[in-house]
Amino acid sequence: MGIIKSKNLVFEYIRRDEEGNVEAINRAVNEVNIEIKQGDFVAILGHNGSGKSTLAKHMNAILQPTEGDIWIDGKDTKDIDQLWEIRKTAGMVFQNPDNQIIGTVVEEDVGFGPENIGIPTPQIWERVEKGLKAVNMLSFRKHSPNKLSGGQKQRVAIAGIVAMQPKCIVLDEPTAMLDPNGRKEVIDTITRLNKEEGVTVILITHYMEEVIGADKVYVMDQGSVVMEGTPKEIFSRVDELKQYRLDVPQVTLLAEELKESGVSLSDGILTIDELVNEICQLY
Amino acid sequence: MIRDITIGQYYPKDSVIHKLDPRTKLVGTLAYIISLFLFNNFLGYIVVTLFLVGVIKASQVPFRFIIKGLKAIIMLLMITVLFNLFLTKGTPLVEFWIFTITKEGLRISLFMAIRLIYLIIGSSMMTLTTTPNQLTDGLESLLGPLKKIKVPVHEIAMMMSIALRFIPILLEETDKIMKAQIARGADFESGNLVKKAKSLVPLLVPLFISAFRRANDLAMAMEARCYSGGEGRTKMKPLLYQVNDYRAYAIFVLYFAAIIAMEIVL
Repeated sequence: MGIIKSKNLVFEYIRRDEEGNVEAINRAVNEVNIEIKQGDFVAILGHNGSGKSTLAKHMNAILQPTEGDIWIDGKDTKDIDQLWEIRKTAGMVFQNPDNQIIGTVVEEDVGFGPENIGIPTPQIWERVEKGLKAVNMLSFRKHSPNKLSGGQKQRVAIAGIVAMQPKCIVLDEPTAMLDPNGRKEVIDTITRLNKEEGVTVILITHYMEEVIGADKVYVMDQGSVVMEGTPKEIFSRVDELKQYRLDVPQVTLLAEELKESGVSLSDGILTIDELVNEICQLY
Repeated sequence: MIRDITIGQYYPKDSVIHKLDPRTKLVGTLAYIISLFLFNNFLGYIVVTLFLVGVIKASQVPFRFIIKGLKAIIMLLMITVLFNLFLTKGTPLVEFWIFTITKEGLRISLFMAIRLIYLIIGSSMMTLTTTPNQLTDGLESLLGPLKKIKVPVHEIAMMMSIALRFIPILLEETDKIMKAQIARGADFESGNLVKKAKSLVPLLVPLFISAFRRANDLAMAMEARCYSGGEGRTKMKPLLYQVNDYRAYAIFVLYFAAIIAMEIVL
């Protein structure tokens, strides 16, 4: 069994009026079945309101499924006794970097997680140093988080999770509030964590460019998983993606247009290098 | 406006006083404040002055910076001095119209002013040499015994440090909202006090909404990082007394004894 596995997962937001009667039921996650292998880099793509963030919150037991089950490293999230174990296994990084940093000094913030799970003081220092090194922020350890850029803040938040040494990290749109530079910093950092430290990464995003390096991609729409496969398989279905209001990377789009006008290219070209190679081989 | 207040600000330096344990400084400041109201003779003022000058010198905080903090209490100081000056009964010194200044009044108001100034300088010595985080850590540890009577000491300390972390963020946000509203024709400058206060309402509403949203996000992020209250929590930077702290305690005891001894002997 994979590190994260869900079976017929359903989650409903229930809105009640003042008397407590059910006013509206909004099914945010609908019959989702996923299985994520240890060490993989998995991306979950979807437009706003597709239920991807709601799904992410299930992986950290912040939300409990209305129906169905989700297991994190074999532990059912409905089991209250396992709650802290689950949160130790699956760390979570959120969208707004300002709203998830607790410490007034970078190193104190990174130490917050280890403090919570009762690590002895000398080991906390080791973990903080390792965590900051993993995200290339060691030289900022004594700084105030308020003076950092968005990308740097988000890297500090990632270091805070790394210091808890989880088996997998769930990132819920970590780049949505960042500029292109910050976005690149963050994506490079999590790619490195996945490749070098072997941490399972689950990246929730709506930027198509960020999922190119993933091992597996899930596309969500209206609460359901509508497509799954490798990035190549997903991006070769351009028309389908457009139907789910997702933008295909420009290179892929260009390759698609070229193909339609008669140039013989292969399906699902993702990077500029790939396209250049293919075109060079033609002429 | 809010940025100009130097009272309670941290002045980064690497002095002996800065390196003391926050608990030492908290206890010391409390003892110092009590000592200010224990004596009533001239020699006492000399002892306190010497002590205070010694602490300021050791802390390496420039005297000018400390004096700036006094600006905030100038009104309070004036009122105290004026009341004491005119309302104390005794042998009259100067008389004009309905006012009388007495010898006792002059003495009391002068000494009261000195005591108030010393009080402010003394307590700002603590805040100038201790980071807000150290202060909350110190408070948490000193108030630790209150946990036995179910006072949520850890939670209060955690709330204080989170509040400190979010002050600059909320200030920035206020600035942003203000600019956004000025751009749409809001007027925060003109009008009398009532009108000015009223114009702040459209500023406060979005600020409160965003503060609650932030609080919600932060609570979720803390929970995701396994925060479950003070129990079973270890410390990254535990408070440990050093040799200098014991020396400082010894100095405080000596100082306190000197003040009391003088009051008894003289």
